[in-house]
Amino acid sequence: MPQIFHRSTNTLAKLSIFGSLFVLLFITWAVAEINRSSWNTGAYDEREQPVQFSHKHHTGDDGIDCRYCHTSVEVSSNAGLPPTKTCMNCHSQLWSDSPYLEPVRASWRDNKPIEWTRVHDLPDYVYFNHSIHVAKGVGCSSCHGRVDEMPLVYQAASLQMEWCLECHREPERFLRDKSEVFNMDYQQENALAENKTAAQLENGRRKKAEYKVRPRAILESCSTCHR
Amino acid sequence: MHIKETFPELYKIRRPVKREEIRARLGDKKGKEYWRSLEELAESGQFEEFLHTEFPRQAGEWDDEVGRRTFLKLMGASLALAGLTSCSYQPPETVVPFVRQPAELVPGKPLFFATAMPFPGGAAGLFVRSNEGRPTHVEGNPDHPTSGTPERPLGERVAATDIFSIASILSLYDPDRSETITNRGEIRPYSAFLGEVRTRLDEMRGRGGGLRFLTETVTSPTTAAQLRSILAAFPGAKWHQYEPAGTNSAAIGAQLAFGQPVNTIYRFERADRVLSLDSDFLSCGAANLRYARDFASKRRVNGNKTDMNRLYVVETTPTNTGAFADHRFSVKPSQLEPFARALAAALGAPGVSTDMSQYAGVAHAQHIAAIAKDLQGARGRSIVVAGEHQSAAVHALAHAMNQALGNVGQTVVHTEPIEAQPVDQVASLRELVGDIEAGRVEMLVIVGGNPVYNAPMDLALTKERLDKIRTPDGKDGLRIHLSLYDDETSELCHWHIPETHFLEAWGDTRAHDGTVSIIQPLIAPLYRGRSVNEFLAAFTDKPEQSGYDIVRDYWRTQRLESLVASQPAAAAAPAATPEGAGGNTHGGTSGQGGAGGQGGAAGQSATGLGATGAGASASPSPTPAGSPNPAPASTPSAGTRTGGATTAAATFDEAWRRVVHDGVIPGTAAKEQSVTVGGDWSANLPPAQTASGGGFEIVFRPDPTVYDGRFANNGWLQELPKPLTKLTWDNAAYMSLNTARRMFGLNENDYTFKGREFNAPLVDLRYRGQTVRAPVLIVPGQPDDVITVTLGYGRTRAGRVGTSTDDKPLGYNAYRLRTSDAMWHGAGLEVAQTGEEYLLAVTQLHFNMEGREIVQSNSLEEYLKGGGDAGHNVEGGASVATHKGAAEVVGKETHKLPGPDDTLYPNYEYKGYKWGMSVDVASCVGCQACVIACQSENNIPIVGKEQVARSRYMHWLRVDTYFKGIAENPEGVHFMPIPCMHCEVAPCEPVCPVHATVHSAEGTNDMVYNRCIGTRYCSNNCPYKVRRFNFLLYQDFETPSLKMMRNPDVTVRSRGVMEKCTYCIQRINYARIEAEKEERRVRDGEIVTACQSACPTEAIIFGDLNDEHSRVAQLQHERRNYSLLAELNTRPRTTYLSALRNPNAEIHGA
Repeated sequence: MPQIFHRSTNTLAKLSIFGSLFVLLFITWAVAEINRSSWNTGAYDEREQPVQFSHKHHTGDDGIDCRYCHTSVEVSSNAGLPPTKTCMNCHSQLWSDSPYLEPVRASWRDNKPIEWTRVHDLPDYVYFNHSIHVAKGVGCSSCHGRVDEMPLVYQAASLQMEWCLECHREPERFLRDKSEVFNMDYQQENALAENKTAAQLENGRRKKAEYKVRPRAILESCSTCHR
Repeated sequence: MHIKETFPELYKIRRPVKREEIRARLGDKKGKEYWRSLEELAESGQFEEFLHTEFPRQAGEWDDEVGRRTFLKLMGASLALAGLTSCSYQPPETVVPFVRQPAELVPGKPLFFATAMPFPGGAAGLFVRSNEGRPTHVEGNPDHPTSGTPERPLGERVAATDIFSIASILSLYDPDRSETITNRGEIRPYSAFLGEVRTRLDEMRGRGGGLRFLTETVTSPTTAAQLRSILAAFPGAKWHQYEPAGTNSAAIGAQLAFGQPVNTIYRFERADRVLSLDSDFLSCGAANLRYARDFASKRRVNGNKTDMNRLYVVETTPTNTGAFADHRFSVKPSQLEPFARALAAALGAPGVSTDMSQYAGVAHAQHIAAIAKDLQGARGRSIVVAGEHQSAAVHALAHAMNQALGNVGQTVVHTEPIEAQPVDQVASLRELVGDIEAGRVEMLVIVGGNPVYNAPMDLALTKERLDKIRTPDGKDGLRIHLSLYDDETSELCHWHIPETHFLEAWGDTRAHDGTVSIIQPLIAPLYRGRSVNEFLAAFTDKPEQSGYDIVRDYWRTQRLESLVASQPAAAAAPAATPEGAGGNTHGGTSGQGGAGGQGGAAGQSATGLGATGAGASASPSPTPAGSPNPAPASTPSAGTRTGGATTAAATFDEAWRRVVHDGVIPGTAAKEQSVTVGGDWSANLPPAQTASGGGFEIVFRPDPTVYDGRFANNGWLQELPKPLTKLTWDNAAYMSLNTARRMFGLNENDYTFKGREFNAPLVDLRYRGQTVRAPVLIVPGQPDDVITVTLGYGRTRAGRVGTSTDDKPLGYNAYRLRTSDAMWHGAGLEVAQTGEEYLLAVTQLHFNMEGREIVQSNSLEEYLKGGGDAGHNVEGGASVATHKGAAEVVGKETHKLPGPDDTLYPNYEYKGYKWGMSVDVASCVGCQACVIACQSENNIPIVGKEQVARSRYMHWLRVDTYFKGIAENPEGVHFMPIPCMHCEVAPCEPVCPVHATVHSAEGTNDMVYNRCIGTRYCSNNCPYKVRRFNFLLYQDFETPSLKMMRNPDVTVRSRGVMEKCTYCIQRINYARIEAEKEERRVRDGEIVTACQSACPTEAIIFGDLNDEHSRVAQLQHERRNYSLLAELNTRPRTTYLSALRNPNAEIHGA
């Protein structure tokens, strides 16, 4: 009785068994990568804004402090977006007839707020509080990146939970002195130390004790961020 | 070893529970036997089925219109598409800042504003939370005499709220509120209204007369002044007042006793003996917040305080007050006045015949001597209080008794009336109807209220009657109605003007003791309504004056600055001291629940409402409606409660700012009056009514949740189980067990309508020629042959929630049985069976606890002897496990309780905070304000009647009712609020396959919505049955106005997710973050959960158990402390203080 299948099908069968395993692994890996990719998280995606406002110019070049506009960052969960009034503090004098600033002047004139595009958008079941992070020595740039180098602001991190937990599990990796919180250039200075990581860890541990940062078990509890 | 042998208890539970067995099991214990429902007592099959099915029948079934096949098809399709949806970005959002940001407003930080909710009988002072300009939650004002505790030192003041004030936030955002001015059904501008009114008034001025105002009870000084000036300008005009459920008989009773109208205030904090003559002073409404707090303060036995007051209640229908009584006497309505006379005679009250022989036939006559003796033993420290719904004679008798007992000036204080113009309201309405019939009325202006729906039948404002409103020359008269809803009355009026909600407009109102509060708006009017004051301005020469100006102008004439200046010390204090430092008062700068999320804050996110609208309506605006500029004069009551108006106000504006900020005007309490009951007050009194032989007696009561019908369209109140009956979404005819047995031919052993599930038989109630069809509900403690009906249902034009239609009936209209000579009770009711049935959604059977002893109760005597079963679980109770010696204090153990090491899990040491709660069953009056407060704070949806009948209601906190004794007349009732216990060894946690419910390091049992896949295993494994599942999409994600109502700090849950009490984790986080920023620990009292903040009796206390000095830790060391189902070793963080009763040893069998 002749064989139905050719001898080579044995190899094919073996290949397809192991091959499918690889394919499954590949798909798993691919899904995980896609999930973390900026395509999915929206990181590094510069958002168009109704006003051509450059953080690079205002913060980097002019040296305006973050808190000049984001006034409630030290007191409230919400860092606060400047009202049109804040823009007009300067721009009623400076560039007061620039066409770029027409939307701002229109807002001021018509008493209609400017509708900015949200860049950092956490899911609705996550409750983030700016003030406590700032109070415990988490720098702006740790999460928001070098805003002073961004003409148009983008999200500099994935904002996924594993990213949050990196710090909630080991805050010493990121903590800095409170006086350095609003220093956009902080990482740069730190890099001058010979062993950057060791220096940060040592400094971070000291700050963690000094600022009474709560233990990992509490920072990791679900209800710390989810309600 | 097989698990069955290790844990035989697990296998026993599935057996049918036998009553005898439970009795036998409990027999050797000191525990009292309690039952929650008649079904339980009856051991009916349906109850046993209830016990053994985890969720009530059909609770888990999918029985929508969609069939199983369609469902599978849809599931297949959605599975296929599920992968695609995860590939999309989150929808882009916009962020909208202000143009000019108000100074006091910090995005993410809530502000609290003082205001007050007008209510018949006295307003409650409120602190309303505003998140980015949207009022979202209502709490009490600690400085207000009704809802707060101004007599306590600053920092220790607490406040409370009632269900109506809290639920008013839902009424504000109710999408069914009337939005437009209509004239004969057509939308018209306000100017057209003004035009017609002016024309008519000018015509009438020439003729004189014909103008009639019909208002509800007016306590607002500004409104009264406006009405008086209008009456002066139109000499023939008249002002009538009618309110279907007001405190009118109290006023007439005072008139009878003293010859002048007086308001009576009771000082329960000074009373050791209280006798209530059908007064439900512990339920929600008017002064009761105050009374419940004061009463409970005399009732608590903690630490060294071992004395306790005693409460006698004589009542005609079971109430919360009767439930709380040490001795409850159930009487027919006709028997109450004779009882009061007999007792008054025994006490030697003036104007009562002392010939005791004539009182021989009085109900409960055998106990009168004992009660009288007990009351006389507490001369000057007792109170006799008559119910609002009792006749004038009973009120007068109560006054006479208080006088005879020397209570006047001690526990009973008489003041000037708080009503602007006290009148006999029924007579007032009768006069109006007489004038209409006689053709003397040309223009009828109905200011608020809904008299077409709720007037007594003989004085009904029918269309035929209203059409008799005509001008002398035969033209149509004018009928105008101002109200929140386009309701039954609006339908019969030519003009309907939408009224502003009290959170939208300026105004003023009086508390139960007369203290005036300025009503401060929290938001610009949503629908361009008019306030009462603005509306009445249409009849003056300044028709378009704003409400703000009207109220300010009035108080300018009253020289507000001198009122404020005359009270420097006491009243200035609240404004002067930074309250946030103490953080003990609600609404101080502790501002609970404020940590704003990234998700839903409307002021910052355009996903909420129209973005520009958010800016415009963001600030309480004293300027005319719609003005975009934030108000300078409105003062946040909490956030900036430092400094400010410290010195005595010199100018009107300073005084104004201060009273608006504080929420009370000092020195405006009604003046005390010295009045005496003369010996001849009863000379013209007709003899006490007696039932005209046989037949049923009927009792009318305002509904416990929808009141007189004004809250009919409020879903929160509709779904709130009514105290004692646990009925939702309906009213019923209450009937006693004996009556029902006789009428429906039930056996001696029947306690329910067998085989009818929740279907109640419908009966026809015939009274004075009117018939209504009502479902019967058997209520333990109801007197025989008495039917109680509650008002407020059967609305025909209430809105989408409250309208009763033939297809979808919602209760029956009990007003149709009411006549002006029998406003609250009467004899001669006929009850006829119809053979029809009706589904009642009663939550009473739900979530039962298998007959174990849940409520523990003792008499004071027994307790002081060191007896009592309280505290039996102290040993091993996790919350106090670290405190050795507690067991010795109790020195007694009734259960074999697990020790601290009897667990499979390693013991966890809570080093930081250890949150816990103590609930005092001895103080809980069952008002359910906590349930509504929780609903408002935690964005809990309503589910509707049909879903409630399947036990799918979503309340995170429920108040269980336990009865004791025989069903015909239960000896005692206890209320037990049951939130999540936050067990340290939580049975729900290990069974979750996706770790959606886990423990935090501070011991709270967290629920992670985004992980939950809806297996419901956790609920299955919860011994306390506190978990709630979103079987369907209950939340309304569509209606824009409801989005504004939500608390932005709590996730809005969708379908398929389990949820439960979180201990208000948002408030914990807020306080903890604030404390950590200052590098200190959270202070005791800084975190106030929503339920705690509402509780009038301070029965709920929350705090840190690791802080030995915290109130909760101290309470958990009380002897009365016990855990629910401690034998399960779940180690609940929520523990209970056992109930105490203080019965009179001389009275037996009552």
